[in-house]
Amino acid sequence: MNRRVVITGLGVVSPNGVGIPAFLSAIRNGVSGIRYHQAYNDLHFNCQVAGMPEFEWERLKAYVSEITFHGLQGHALGYGIMAALDAWTDAGNAIGGKETMWDAGCVFGSSVSECEVVKKIYNRVDAGEAKKLGSRVIEQMMNSSITAYISGRLGLGNRIIATSAACATGTQAILMGFEYIRQGTAKRMVVGSSEHVDPYIFGAFDSMRILSRKFNAMPEKASRPMSQTAAGFVPGSGAGALILEDLDYALGRGARIYAEVLGGACNSGGQRNGGSMTAPASPGVIRCIKDAVKDAGIDPQAIDLISGHLTATAADTMEIQNWCLALDRNGRNFPPVNSLKSMIGHSLSAAGSIESVAAVLQIVHQFIHPNINLEDPNPEILRQIDPDCLPVKMIEKELKTVVKANFGFGDVNACLIFSKYN
Amino acid sequence: MERRAILEELKKVLYPYTENKEQLENIDENTNLVKDLKINSASLVDIIIDAEAKYTIEIDFDSAERIITVGDCINAIAEKIK
Repeated sequence: MNRRVVITGLGVVSPNGVGIPAFLSAIRNGVSGIRYHQAYNDLHFNCQVAGMPEFEWERLKAYVSEITFHGLQGHALGYGIMAALDAWTDAGNAIGGKETMWDAGCVFGSSVSECEVVKKIYNRVDAGEAKKLGSRVIEQMMNSSITAYISGRLGLGNRIIATSAACATGTQAILMGFEYIRQGTAKRMVVGSSEHVDPYIFGAFDSMRILSRKFNAMPEKASRPMSQTAAGFVPGSGAGALILEDLDYALGRGARIYAEVLGGACNSGGQRNGGSMTAPASPGVIRCIKDAVKDAGIDPQAIDLISGHLTATAADTMEIQNWCLALDRNGRNFPPVNSLKSMIGHSLSAAGSIESVAAVLQIVHQFIHPNINLEDPNPEILRQIDPDCLPVKMIEKELKTVVKANFGFGDVNACLIFSKYN
Repeated sequence: MERRAILEELKKVLYPYTENKEQLENIDENTNLVKDLKINSASLVDIIIDAEAKYTIEIDFDSAERIITVGDCINAIAEKIK
């Protein structure tokens, strides 16, 4: 029999707020975390704005041992550790127990090893100084570095899985953790994802000409999902983490329950029927959303809010069309839709988990965060849905069911259904 | 450099690698790095690299493998900075 799965802890490192209180305040008030970076100008990037968390590296001393902190490097690793451990303590758990917790695991995703860190290795080895690399390089370069640090710090003994599915990474990681609990494999899962867009990854995206480049002088205006003047995404960095828990287990320990995960789906368009390495195939997206709705056992008419992928590229219009077809809702009957990317940019692997944290917070506090920079909605989108479906101000509203989806390079899709816990 | 002076310098090198700060203050040549100071054996590599940088010396792999106590460390360093 399927177990019910609830969310009992949240953690976030976001460009517009580090920690849940700061992040909640920012998304309520439509606060942008996008800033101009002179370094990108110096590097001749077309896009010179980005969403970077105001992350104080020294704060990690409170999260890992002094010995671990010495020699720790890599922003994505730091963000991931902070978000995951914050979520763990937010769920009312202690850190640093002596025993392995066999019923608790971790699925945490990221996209690439940090090039800035890798560069140091290249330089050392190429100079014939491999001997000086030391013992801490491999543990921080392996794709499973973040899960290794999290699970080691917490003493997790169930499945420990590092995932990567481009921009669908975070959503997919949450889905996997959910499935392990639902099927009875684990009682608790730390799930989430992390991303740091360093200059090398930034430069490669810049070269693809898919980044926002016309708003360098107005950084807070630069990320414009669904807008007529949207012309590329703004890279973002950060991490999001959730503690998923078997409902009975959570009730048994008297845990505070934020929301329930009702179901989800993950698939690929197979890079056919319009899908490619970089573009999602509509049939795959539609199928993924439909499968998630079916898995959750809900009526698509009952969806109160869509947390879209909506990156501020030409794909936004197609995404709205896919939502209309998948949910069989359009015009005035379409639910409100928002994109957190308007405030923090597109944090790639971390997008799904940070946006899921936002989705859960909107359920807990019963509001819909605004789409900032949407004073000029794309007419192609308005042909499909009513302007009222695009809130530009925070709305207090009764929210029961929120659907969250992300779509990534490689034509991979992931969709989750969150619900108020009853 | 006198062995005593090297030992004092060595405390600074070892500092980031042990949580037993009090014990570190009181080390002598017989102190076992792994057993007494609870230093992760993988960290010995980093300690050697740090010591090499501090004294601008090279400690070869074979000498490094013989380092078990604080005294061994001092031997390896003293030999190179003669």
